[in-house]
Amino acid sequence: MTIPAVTPVTPVTRSAAPLLDIQGVNHSYGSVAALKDISLSIADNEFFALLGPSGCGKTTLLRSIAGFETPTHGAILLDGVDLTTLPAHKRPVNMMFQSYALFPHMSVEKNVAYGLESEGVPRAESRRRVGEILEIVGLTDMAQRRPAKLSGGQRQRVALARAIVKRPRLLLLDEPLSALDRKVRAEMQLELKRMQHEVGMTFVVVTHDQEEAMSMADRIAVLNQGRVEQLDTPLGLYSRPATRFVASFIGSANLFDGRATTDGIDVPGLGTFAVPSELPSGSSATLVVRPEDVVLVGPSEATMSGIVVDTFFLGGSSTVSIEVPGQEHPINCTVHAANVASYGDRVGLKFDLPRCVVVANPGG
Amino acid sequence: MLLVFVLAPLVLILGYSFFQRGRFGGVVFNFSFDNFARLIDPLYVNVIMTSVGMGLVVTILALALGYPTALAIVRLSPKWRTIALVAVLLPFWTNFLVRTYAWILLLNNAGWINQALQGMGVIHEPLTMLYTPQAVAIGLLYMYLPLMILPLYSSLASQDAQLVEAATNLGASPWRVFRTVTFPMSIPGVLTGCVFVFVPAMSNFVIPELLGGGKTVLIGNLIRDQFLKARDWPFGAALALVLTLLLIALLVAQQRASKRLTDGPEERKVSSRA
Ligand SMILES: Nc1ncnc2c1ncn2[C@@H]1O[C@H](COP(=O)(O)OP(=O)(O)OP(=O)(O)O)[C@@H](O)[C@H]1O
Ligand SMILES: [Mg+2]
Repeated sequence: MTIPAVTPVTPVTRSAAPLLDIQGVNHSYGSVAALKDISLSIADNEFFALLGPSGCGKTTLLRSIAGFETPTHGAILLDGVDLTTLPAHKRPVNMMFQSYALFPHMSVEKNVAYGLESEGVPRAESRRRVGEILEIVGLTDMAQRRPAKLSGGQRQRVALARAIVKRPRLLLLDEPLSALDRKVRAEMQLELKRMQHEVGMTFVVVTHDQEEAMSMADRIAVLNQGRVEQLDTPLGLYSRPATRFVASFIGSANLFDGRATTDGIDVPGLGTFAVPSELPSGSSATLVVRPEDVVLVGPSEATMSGIVVDTFFLGGSSTVSIEVPGQEHPINCTVHAANVASYGDRVGLKFDLPRCVVVANPGG
Repeated sequence: MLLVFVLAPLVLILGYSFFQRGRFGGVVFNFSFDNFARLIDPLYVNVIMTSVGMGLVVTILALALGYPTALAIVRLSPKWRTIALVAVLLPFWTNFLVRTYAWILLLNNAGWINQALQGMGVIHEPLTMLYTPQAVAIGLLYMYLPLMILPLYSSLASQDAQLVEAATNLGASPWRVFRTVTFPMSIPGVLTGCVFVFVPAMSNFVIPELLGGGKTVLIGNLIRDQFLKARDWPFGAALALVLTLLLIALLVAQQRASKRLTDGPEERKVSSRA
């Protein structure tokens, strides 16, 4: 696939002032509180991801930015201008809908051209830009079809093309790639990143897929039940989860519930670990240990030991599950050689403590 | 069972339309196309033209009034929607003759409208409103407006609200959203409403008599007269058959237009591109 060059319309600059500033936004549908005091700011030309379980308010947040929901409290500023003063059709923001919302009575081409025509872009230019974007999403041959005659993945790409073709300052994408197969998805991920750099657009992308968020986003906000649990870089979220929810939601983790002590955490049955935290001594806390931070040693070389109950071979590495007496769940450990341990072996365990984190345990 | 009720009268009409009238009424079972040949008699052509004209005028007025009404109802809150729909249907539940006589009370020379206008000094002589084609049009419009509003309402109410949002998000003004999304998507409802109003409006025979004073003769009056006065059942059947065929043709056209809307124009043979 040849990729036509997209000419930048605005010079790419990273200004210090945020492009989008969301200040204390609350939203309720009747008695259901969908957004609870959301505050975050998104920089110009940033690739920002919203990640969270189903029903946590991701779509509601995007709809509030686009102007289809009016927050009960709070302000949304774009370039310092309060967006609530602008009617939805005047906001320099384009949104790709989770349900696509393609116009069923228009061809693919007309769907994609709709935004350009609304803007009064000359016909020749509109045709050229629509042609380019259809090429990028690989739907050139489908240009004359109606949405009803497309597959789910093709529809999703039309919706994506329709939102992107206007090259807005701020692009809101609600699950843009969820219906695509692995290969096309990877291609589209590259395209989105390329457009971000070349055209200088700011992306806010909702996704269920944490790998997608981790690999593409500059920063990620993890939402849970209408609140921002943590806002950080992908690496930050993974290596320094701020809450138990984030630790369990992002990547896989071994979680050990216990009590915070003055210089670490005391986990019943396992012992005390010197992992500093800000938590008051005696409060419920959880030790987070990533599988790659569990080190397998000989049974006599460590204070903790257990029996291997499972091994998953993952290609470059394996995950070994070890049952440790007194622990409810087996401890997972990532090893980089195929045959370090096998079923039934007794092994010793050590944690790479400088890489471990202690978080509060609200349920404990 | 339903099929029998629908089909039996149609078959009867179809059968009768090819026979001939007996000397003193009744039917002579003598196969011919004479009844259809008579349709092009200038006398009948004239009636048919008047009927089509009246049907068109009433349909266009019903659309012009019905569309904004349906749109307004769709935008009401669920509670008010129900109230509005009941109000639209209310006339159907009151007696048809009572409603038509109410119009006579309003429109006649000594009627309420003339009284009011004279009372306000707007006019000095009463306006002749009753027994005119306009009165017939008003009566038909009033009678069939709900048949326009209901299909429009159901079509507009079933539209995906996100389409309007998507168009708005792409920068379309409310008027452009209406022109390019809401209205085109409602065309099947528009066509259904038009057929539902056009056909009964041109075949109604009571309103032309009561409000038109029998001066405006529509195809409905003609059919009725063939059966009840001229006792020429076969010719009446031929007229009725033509009307039924017209209805079917319009409904088929409506169906095809709706299908085109989502499927696009008939797909031409896809040429493989190099
Ligand atoms: N129109 C609505 N009326 C009432 N409640 C709603 C409405 N839309 C969403 N909700 C509720 O608000 C909450 C947040 O919904 P939202 O659609 O923002 O979730 P989401 O994070 O986008 O979920 P998903 O990942 O499944 O798309 C949910 O509890 C949902 O049930
Ligand atoms: Mg959603």
